[in-house]
Amino acid sequence: MRSYKNILGKIDWSIVLLYLILIFVGWINIYAAVYNEDHHSIFDISQRYGKQLMWIGLALVIAFVILLVDSQFFTSFAIPIYAIVLLSLVGVLLFGVETNGARSWFKLGGFKLQPSEFAKFATSLALAKYLSALNIKMKDVKTKVLAAVIIGLPAVLILLQNDTGSTLVYAAFIFVLYREGLSGNILLFGILAILVFVLTLIFGPVNIILTAAFAYIIIYGLLKYDVKTTFIALVAYSGLVYAFFYFELISNILYYSIAGGLFFLVVYLITRKEMRDKSIHYIGVVIFVLTCFYIFSIDFAFNKVLKEHQRTRITVLLGEEEKLVEQIETLKIARDAEGISKEEKQKIRDDIGAKRFSLRELRQGNGWNIKQSLIAIGSGGFTGKGFLDGTQTKFNFVPEQSTDFIFCTIGEEWGFLGTFFLVCIYIALFLRILFLAERQRSIFSRVYGYAVASILFFHFLINIGMTIGLAPVIGIPLPFISYGGSSLWSFTILLFIFIKLDSERLLVLR
Amino acid sequence: MNLSSRKFIVGIIFLVVGIIFIIRLFNVQVLDDKYKSESDHNVLREVIQYPARGLIYDRTGELLVYNEAAYDLMILPKQVKELDTLALCELLEIGKKDFLEKFTKAKKYSRYKPSTFLKEISSVSYANIQEQLYRYPGFFVQTRTLRKYPRKSAAHILGYIGEVNQSVIEERPYYKSGDYIGKSGLEYSYEEMLRGTRGVKRILVDVHNREKGSYRDGAKDTMAVTGTVLHTTLDIVLQEYGELLMKGKKGSIVAIEPKTGEILSLVSAPYYDPNMLVGRAVGKNYPVLSKDTLNPLFNRALMAKYPPGSIFKTVQAMIGLQEGVISENSSFACNKSLVGCHNHPTASSVAASVKMSCNPYYYNVYKRILQQKRAKSIFKDSELGLAIWSKQVKKFGFGQRLATDLPNIKAGYVPDVGFYNRWYGEGRWAFSTIYSLSIGQGEMGVIPLQMANLSAIIANRGYYRVPHFVKNIEGIDTIPQKFKEKHSIDIDEKYINTVIDGMYGVVYEPGGTARRARVHDDVVVCGKTGTAQNPHGEDHSVFMAFAPRDNPQIAIAVYVENAGGGGSWAAPIAGLMIEQYLTDSISTRNKKREEYILKNNYKIPPPY
Repeated sequence: MRSYKNILGKIDWSIVLLYLILIFVGWINIYAAVYNEDHHSIFDISQRYGKQLMWIGLALVIAFVILLVDSQFFTSFAIPIYAIVLLSLVGVLLFGVETNGARSWFKLGGFKLQPSEFAKFATSLALAKYLSALNIKMKDVKTKVLAAVIIGLPAVLILLQNDTGSTLVYAAFIFVLYREGLSGNILLFGILAILVFVLTLIFGPVNIILTAAFAYIIIYGLLKYDVKTTFIALVAYSGLVYAFFYFELISNILYYSIAGGLFFLVVYLITRKEMRDKSIHYIGVVIFVLTCFYIFSIDFAFNKVLKEHQRTRITVLLGEEEKLVEQIETLKIARDAEGISKEEKQKIRDDIGAKRFSLRELRQGNGWNIKQSLIAIGSGGFTGKGFLDGTQTKFNFVPEQSTDFIFCTIGEEWGFLGTFFLVCIYIALFLRILFLAERQRSIFSRVYGYAVASILFFHFLINIGMTIGLAPVIGIPLPFISYGGSSLWSFTILLFIFIKLDSERLLVLR
Repeated sequence: MNLSSRKFIVGIIFLVVGIIFIIRLFNVQVLDDKYKSESDHNVLREVIQYPARGLIYDRTGELLVYNEAAYDLMILPKQVKELDTLALCELLEIGKKDFLEKFTKAKKYSRYKPSTFLKEISSVSYANIQEQLYRYPGFFVQTRTLRKYPRKSAAHILGYIGEVNQSVIEERPYYKSGDYIGKSGLEYSYEEMLRGTRGVKRILVDVHNREKGSYRDGAKDTMAVTGTVLHTTLDIVLQEYGELLMKGKKGSIVAIEPKTGEILSLVSAPYYDPNMLVGRAVGKNYPVLSKDTLNPLFNRALMAKYPPGSIFKTVQAMIGLQEGVISENSSFACNKSLVGCHNHPTASSVAASVKMSCNPYYYNVYKRILQQKRAKSIFKDSELGLAIWSKQVKKFGFGQRLATDLPNIKAGYVPDVGFYNRWYGEGRWAFSTIYSLSIGQGEMGVIPLQMANLSAIIANRGYYRVPHFVKNIEGIDTIPQKFKEKHSIDIDEKYINTVIDGMYGVVYEPGGTARRARVHDDVVVCGKTGTAQNPHGEDHSVFMAFAPRDNPQIAIAVYVENAGGGGSWAAPIAGLMIEQYLTDSISTRNKKREEYILKNNYKIPPPY
C-alpha cells in the first residue's frame, strides 16, 4: 500500500493545472451563457451553472478515485471495460431515450447518461491493450484489421444511434495508429481525399479532373522520363484543353469523354518510348481512373446521397451563400434580357425559384447558426465585451450556447485575448500529453496517451472549427468546457487514467 | 523507419491547427469590423418616446385642442397560447369572423413583432378589457394619444393631423413611418413647435425580439420634449357664434382686431366638427367630407376668390382722392346709361356716393383715375393710369398672398397692364374696355380675408398688420416679426376719414344700404355693402364693417354666397358678430334678426 503522498507526488501537476483551468473557464462561461437574472448566484443548482458545478465536483471525486486505483487495474480490465461499454451501446439502442433525433441516452430517474461518451476511454484502453500485446506489429494485415474492428465496433454502434458527430470522433484514432507504425500514406491519403472532396465541391468535377491530370502528367513524367518529354506533353495537353474551352464544347458527356481521351493520348505520348515497363504505366492509369471515379462519386454522393441538412452543413462552409446570391442575380439579368422564348423564360424562372429555396434553407438553418456564431465571436473584438455583457449569446442568437457553441460566449465576452489564451491552453495540454506519452516505458501507456491526445484534439478541431466557420456544423462538445455531466466525466476519466498511468510509469513495466 | 520521429509530425499537426485557429480568430475578432455592427444590429432596438403634442388655446385661455389617451390592443402572435376565442370575441365586442381575419393578418405580418389588433378602444371597454387581459397571453394594450377638440369648432383653422406619407419621410428625415404630422391649418403651420421633440430609448432585445432591458442603463437615451403650447388670437365664443350664424349657408366670416391684425374669428361655411378627422374616424369621415358637393373641407375664407363687388368702391374713392382726380365734394349724376344702378338721389359727395353705392359715380371716378391725360392716346393713357392704379390697389394687400399663418392661402387677383396686353393686345384696350373694375367686378379676385383686411385698413386709417392667428408661443413668448410689421397703404388719413363718413352713412343715414348692421346704440358701426354679381345664380351678399368708429376693436367681412343684396344678409350677420364681440351679448333688436338669419330663408330678409 503506497501512501497518498506518494501517489500525489508522482502526478504530472502541469496537466492537472491545465485541466483545472479548463473546467473553471467552462464553469464561468456556462454561467455567462445561460445567465439568468432571477437566479444570479453562480451556485444556484436550479440553473445549468449550478449543475455544472455539481458535475465538476463529481468529476473531481472521480479523478481522485482514479488516482487511488492501481494502474494495473486499467491494463487488466481494459477488455472487460470495453465489453461492458459495447453492451451498454447496444442497450441504449434498445432502451435509450431519444434527444434531438439521437437515441443515445439512458434515463435513470431524473438523471441522464450518455454511454457513447464513455466508449471513448474504453476504446482507447482496448486499443492500447491490443497494440501493447507481444508480437503485434502494425505491418501485419491482421493487426490492422483487428485494430480497425476495435475502433469500428463502437463507432458503428454510435452511428446507429444516429449520433454522427460522436461517430466521427473515432477517426481521431488514425493518429494513434500512425504513431504505432501505420503507413504515413494512409494519413496523407486521408488528408488528400478530404482536400479533393472540398475542392471538387467548390470548383466542380471537370476542373478538378483536368487539374489532377495536369498534376499527374508532371509527377509521372518527371519521375519516369525527362524534362523535355514532360514539357512537350504539357504543352500539347494545355493546347488541347484550351481549344476545348475555346470552342465551348459544353455538353457534359462530351466534356468527360474529351477529358478522358486527352489524358490517354498524353499518357501514350509520354510512355510509348518506355513500353517495356508496362506495369508502372498500368498502375498510373488505374490510379487515375480511380481518382476520376472518386471525383465523380463526390458530386453524385453530395447531391443524391447526402440529406439536405448534411448538405447545408458543408455548403455553408463553402461560402455557397454569396455564390447563390450571385447566381440568382445573373439569372435575373438573363430572364429580363430581350429575345428569349417563353419556355426559356419559364425555365430560368424555375431555376431562380429553386436557388432561392436553397438560399432560404441556407440562411435559416445551419447557415444562420454559423453566421450568428461568427457575429458573436467577431463582435468580441480584441478585449471582448466583458463578463456577462455578451449580447449575442445572452439573447439566444447563438444556438446551444452552453454546450456545443460555448466557444462563442468566450469569444464574445473575452475577445481575442480570451480565445488566444484558450487555444494556447488546449495546445499546451495536447503537446504535454504527447510529451508524457513519449516518455512512457510501456507501449500500453503510450498508445493510451496518444489516444487521449487525439480524441481531445479532434473535439477541439471540430468544435472550435465549427464556431469560426472552418469546419462543418457537427455537434460535439468542447472538452472540459461544454455543459454536461456525461461529457465532463468521460473526458475526466480519459485524462486521469493517463495521469495515473504516467505517475506509475517507473514502477510498473507493462 | 524510426517511428518515434512521428511524434513530431503529430505534434506539428496539433500545433498547425492551433496556429490556423489563432490566425482565423485574429482575423474575425480584430481585423474584421463587420461583425461588431451586425451584433449591434441584432440586439439594439430604438424605441421612440413620443412627446405629447402641444396644446392650443384661444385668446381668452379657452382650450381648443388637447390630447386624449387612446388604447390600441396589440398582439404578439408568438406568445398567444390556449386562446379562448369566443370569450375574447365577447370581451372585445367583435365577431368571430372578424377576429380570425385580424388574427391571420397579424400572424402574416410577423410572429415575433407586435402589431395592432384593435385600434382605439374606448376608455370604458379599456377598463373592462384590461381586467381580463391576463387570461390572454400575447395580447397587450398600448397607449397613444389622439387630438381632441372640446369646442367642436374652428376646424378649418386648427386643421388636422395624420400619418406621414412616403414623400415626407423621404424629404424630412425627422419623420418615420407611422408618425403623425400636421396636415392642414395651424397643426400644419406650427408643426415643428407643436410636435415637440422625440426621445429615443435604446433597448436590448433577444432573438425573439423580446425586451431585455436598456442599453448601457439608458446612458445614451434621450427624453421626449413635449410640444410647445400655442395661444391663438381666436375668440372661440365669437367663432362659435359665427359658425352658428353661417349654419346652412355657404360663405365666410372673417373678423380681425384692426390694430394688431389678430384674427378673432374665421368661419368658412359649410364647416365640420374637427373631431371627425381624428384617429380611426378619419377613414370613415374623410371620404364623406371630400366627396360632399358643398366642399366643407375647402376653406373659403382663404381659398375662395370672389369679385369684391361694391365694397371695393371705398378703395376707388380713396385712390381717386389721393390721386387728386376727385375731391371730397365731387358730384356725378347717376347716369344709368354708363352702368346699371338702383334708384337713389344724386350723390353730391364722396361720402354720399359710398353711402348710396352709386355705380355711375364710380364709373366716373375710375375713368378719371385711369385717364389722367398723361398721354395723347387714350389707350396709352389708360395703360399709364392702370399701372398706377394696380400698384396702389396691391398696397391694400390685394392680389398677393397675405403671409398669414395658415397654409394654402390664395392671392386673389388684381389685373395689371401686362394682363390686359396679353388679353386684348397692346394698345387695344382702354378704360372703356375694363370699366367694370370700377365697381369691383370684372377681373378682380379677392379672398374674404383680404376684404376683412380692407376693413381693418380703413379702421386703422391707413395701415394693416398681416392678419394672423398666433398670439403667443409659450417658451418663445413672442410672435414672428412679420406679424408685427406695419404695412402702410400710402393714402392720406383725411381721405380715409371721408370714406369712413360714407361708411357711417351706410349704416346710420337714410338711404344707407346697411341699416340692418346697426347694433347696440353705444356702438357706432361703419360698413359697406356689396352685391357681387354672380353669372351662375343668385348674387353673393357682401358686407364689410368695423366698430366702433373711433378706436375700432373689430373689423369684419361677411360673404354669403347666393344670398342676394349685401344689406339684407351679410350686414345683419356682421352686426350680430360685432355686437357679440364688443358687448358679449345680443340685444333684443338683434335677437329678432338672429332668428331670421338662423332660418336660412333668403327670400325674407331680417327686419331693420
